[in-house]
Amino acid sequence: MRHRLYPLSDLEDIPGTTVFTARRSRQAYHLHKFCMSLMEAANREAFKADERAYLDRFRMSEEQKQAVLERDFPRLIDLGGNIYFLVKLSNTDGWSAQRAVSSMTGMTPDEYADMMSAGGRSPEGLKSIREQQQREFGGEGK
Amino acid sequence: MARITAGIGTSHVPAIGAAIDLGRTADDYWAPVFAGYEFVKAWVKDNTPDVVILCYNDHASAMMLDIVPTFAIGFAEEFEPADEGWGPRPVPTVIGHPDLAGHIAEQLVIDEFDITIMNDIAVDHGLTVPLSLVFGQPEEWPCKVIPLAVNVTQFPTPSAERCWKLGEAIRDAVECYPEDIEVQVWGTGGMSHQLQGPRAGLIAPEFDNAFLERLAAGPDGTSELRGITRLDFLREAGTEGIELIMWLIMRAAMGPNVDELHRFYHVPASNTAVGHVVMKPKAQFRHKLGEVEARKATAA
Repeated sequence: MRHRLYPLSDLEDIPGTTVFTARRSRQAYHLHKFCMSLMEAANREAFKADERAYLDRFRMSEEQKQAVLERDFPRLIDLGGNIYFLVKLSNTDGWSAQRAVSSMTGMTPDEYADMMSAGGRSPEGLKSIREQQQREFGGEGK
Repeated sequence: MARITAGIGTSHVPAIGAAIDLGRTADDYWAPVFAGYEFVKAWVKDNTPDVVILCYNDHASAMMLDIVPTFAIGFAEEFEPADEGWGPRPVPTVIGHPDLAGHIAEQLVIDEFDITIMNDIAVDHGLTVPLSLVFGQPEEWPCKVIPLAVNVTQFPTPSAERCWKLGEAIRDAVECYPEDIEVQVWGTGGMSHQLQGPRAGLIAPEFDNAFLERLAAGPDGTSELRGITRLDFLREAGTEGIELIMWLIMRAAMGPNVDELHRFYHVPASNTAVGHVVMKPKAQFRHKLGEVEARKATAA
């Protein structure tokens, strides 16, 4: 038997984190095709002129289209999206990457910027869902 | 024969590129970041290599959609800066070195790294921000660059150990290239950061500084880095902190021991902890050329 370090499913154990796997990559393929189309100035103009019509050129799910229209980044991540693709959208809107990222944290852009300037978010207590649950139930694992 | 003369590690935050391009490097926010690069900008004037092998990741600019290679090497004569949604960065076209790239690709496949070849690829901030940080804003980049792209985004990424072995294989490949040229290997990305989800904004100075300390150490330190799992990178350094595996390609290409010339760490640049090192291989530990050639001949 070949030695394997850990099951890939352990990657789901990190709080507040969605790991971009091959399956999610496929789920978001057409969403991402839309995002990458925004790397051309003419496409950015066409998108801005009529967002809905532009989105309808792509075989994205209706949920994905709605989330794009609402600039709902947490939802877009849930629907398979990856930030490196999604920032093509926020760049088109003239947002900084920091603003796009902050929109997933429940903080305002200013609150988030202040947190970063103060040293960022500490990983302590945010490393493992299992550990968090054990702490919550007094370490007895319920 | 070609020689690996130095290694550079640096973050490649896009906002750093924007600060350079918009002339904001002296702003209160940015000045402490750029202060950390004064050393390398002065040092590189006397230490400009003929070629940089630049390990970076594409950020969904030229790949990651239709084709997702784990490791890929740029073969082209020229690489244009990518338009990442706000127009291409105003930086020079990157000039490649197809002959050395071809040699390395051949040697890597012989060494069992089945690397993807890229004949036509635009390069994004992952590659151009490190060039700007080291070389400033010249009319032309002062050396050739071979892009070496690593998938650090779609899981599973290559492991730390696999990246280490790739760095060793690159060193062997360079050292049996017949032309007498100087080559640097750069590892980019990191340090700790997470760009998605409620945990975004994560910064782990303890992890980062331990990483830098071990990177400068001999095999006792680097063996610990090689053992960091993907899961641990994500847990400890954030989803995008795993970019640090690309620094291990650079470090392995230096050989077992290095002289660290410069180290810098700063929080934050936008969402990210910035790290930067300059190191040289310790000469006495470099491979004897005869051994490398003998090994290659056997492998072929």
